[in-house]
Amino acid sequence: MDFDLSLEQAQLKDGVERLIAANYPSLETRQKLAREPLGFSERGWAQFAEMGLLGIPFSEAEGGFGGGPVETLVVMEALGKGLALEPYLASVVLGGGALRLAGSAEQKRRLIPAVVEGSLRLALAQTEKQARYDLNDIAMTARKVEGGYLLDGAKSVVLNGDSAALIVVSARTAGARRDAQGISLFLVPADAPGLRITGYATQDGGRAAEIGLSGVRVADADLLGEEGKGLPVLQRLSEYAIAALAAEAVGAMAALHALTVDYLKTRTQFGMPIGNFQVLQHRAVDMLIALEQARSMAFYAAMMVEHPEAQERAAALSAAKVQVNRSCRLVGQEAVQLHGGIGMTMEYIGAHYFKRLTMIESLFGDTPHHLRRVAAADGLMA
Amino acid sequence: MDLRFTPEELAFRDEVRRFFRNEIPAEIRRKVSEGRGLTREDYVTSQRIMNAKGWAVPHWPREWGGQDWTAIQRYIFTEEMLLAAVPLPQQFNCYMVGPVIAAFGSQAQKERHLARIANLDDWWCQGFSEPGAGSDLASLKTKAVREGEHYIVDGQKTWTTLGQHADWIFCLVRTDPAAKKQAGISFLLIDMKTPGITLRPIITLEGRHEVNEVFFDKVRVPAENLVGEENKGWDYAKFLLANERTGIARIGLSKERMARIRRLAQEMPAGEGTMWADRDFRERFAGVEIELKALEITQMRVVAAQARDPGRPDPASSILKIKGSQLQQATTELLLEVAGPFALAAPERGAEPTNDWPFDYEWADAAATSYFNNRKVSIYGGSNEIQKNIIAKAVLGL
Repeated sequence: MDFDLSLEQAQLKDGVERLIAANYPSLETRQKLAREPLGFSERGWAQFAEMGLLGIPFSEAEGGFGGGPVETLVVMEALGKGLALEPYLASVVLGGGALRLAGSAEQKRRLIPAVVEGSLRLALAQTEKQARYDLNDIAMTARKVEGGYLLDGAKSVVLNGDSAALIVVSARTAGARRDAQGISLFLVPADAPGLRITGYATQDGGRAAEIGLSGVRVADADLLGEEGKGLPVLQRLSEYAIAALAAEAVGAMAALHALTVDYLKTRTQFGMPIGNFQVLQHRAVDMLIALEQARSMAFYAAMMVEHPEAQERAAALSAAKVQVNRSCRLVGQEAVQLHGGIGMTMEYIGAHYFKRLTMIESLFGDTPHHLRRVAAADGLMA
Repeated sequence: MDLRFTPEELAFRDEVRRFFRNEIPAEIRRKVSEGRGLTREDYVTSQRIMNAKGWAVPHWPREWGGQDWTAIQRYIFTEEMLLAAVPLPQQFNCYMVGPVIAAFGSQAQKERHLARIANLDDWWCQGFSEPGAGSDLASLKTKAVREGEHYIVDGQKTWTTLGQHADWIFCLVRTDPAAKKQAGISFLLIDMKTPGITLRPIITLEGRHEVNEVFFDKVRVPAENLVGEENKGWDYAKFLLANERTGIARIGLSKERMARIRRLAQEMPAGEGTMWADRDFRERFAGVEIELKALEITQMRVVAAQARDPGRPDPASSILKIKGSQLQQATTELLLEVAGPFALAAPERGAEPTNDWPFDYEWADAAATSYFNNRKVSIYGGSNEIQKNIIAKAVLGL
């Protein structure tokens, strides 16, 4: 039992943190990058590739660097700490994850090297307007035709869906809208005829897209994984996403907590630093407790995300998301409150951490969703 | 980074688990599990079984019966004890006065007391709090004046847990009234049979006799019973309070109680089914379970840090007491909820615990008792508000 990073992992952490600190010297820089067409810096993405970050989860045989959940945790925590905009979750964890979990040898050979070197970005188009967080709820259809499939339907809040060249789309090849069976995954080029991508800014400074598909034709070779067996892949991706978001949230919460404590030490009222007031001290401690509990669950998520037993794994990841969400809520709200008026302003970076933490709560299952799942799983300790 | 125990640690866990479940009488463990009071004999029986195995004081120095276990082994040992609903070795003996005497006592004190402390031949209680010195412990007033080869002790201690069983009391007393608060305090060992000591029970709200007031009226204490140096008692008290924090969060105890709540909820009729079938209840249960899992990992982080670097406490350790006590209380709230209306009736009883209960849900009276009694866990050992003051200062630098 140990919670230490290996030497290589510590070096990775140091390297990513330094890169992000250099690329995001100020809130102004971040906001400027957020307004670029992609919603992040193309140069920053290339630096991620140079540092090897984009190849972390892929095995060396696939052209990656054979990292695991702990390496992903290290990178995501650094992204959270620096409030970075790069679509690491969308392209590497989700899109790359889909390739890794379901791709054929040929698909992996063709695509993974491009992902790793930064020339190909991916996205996962999963959520639909009626589905909320239910991964099995898919109305999009994929009709079998000679040599391929025809895709029809719409996807919503596709993370960084407007900067990916290739989109992993879930669609129904069989069954009714909420059936577990009959879901298939497809690789759809962003420029496919019949595909309409409407990108927009998100509350936390990122980007997402609404994607419409009408009669989009894909080839048999673009089926990702086995036909009709897509749901387990989506479930695994959701688990990897939760583990990654947990780490990002911890990075962001730690940074926001540090900002808040610093503010308590420097802001003077009634002739003394407001950190002298016990009621504010105790609230800062409450934030610390929430942060440390979330950190523990981010570790837990990283260590459970590749657990071989599916039910235990799913319950563990849901539990982690509940704790992280609750901590995000508390740390975010308290940080704004303890900052007072300045915490309410667009020009203050703390407010942007608060917004990101709030949006993380809603990604891949909110608190009631995952609490219900843990309850239905008949417990964590059974 | 690895959550798993080594094969050696797993073997150790199995050995410890078998020992607790096979060797400690089931009746004692049942009482602990149900939150009923234990008799003095229960404590003595349980501890002597452990001591015979060499396990009553594994965290002590080797020469006085310790085991040279790693921090991880000590953690496994304590968790398994709590999970098996085995009473902890008498805490004032094993976790408080024993380590202080082993670290700061004279050779004569060590030889006279340590083996008897470990075997619970002598029952020790703690004389720290006073009516005017609770969270502000250093404002204590009980004084000890040196007169030849004796100290003359006058004053009053309170909240003396299980003092009614005690043979000895270890006290913080003021030996230098002129010195500033913490500086004039000494650590004194006092035989409870000494003339001038009076003990008065305090019945706590659930009806138990768990704590006491202890009055000292010109009590003559041999000077050889001073631990370490005069006026250095505050340092020893700090050592005592920081000494054995493993298990402070009582996670094993909360897990054991959660498993029990689950069993009871599965049997408790509600609506067309049972309480366990009620989604709202299950979600409340899951909510506590999740926080408990998070705290368990937090505790493992602290233990792993101790194992690696025994001298440097992990900042996360400071949250164990606060969160651990909150979760202990949360579990008693769930238990109270399962008991529902059947928690209402209190059996006829005096101040001492009884186990007579004529109703179908024979466990239900203890649900309310546990709930009431567990309000103490966020108050004793430095209230949670004091803990937050400490964290704000020591960890956050506020």
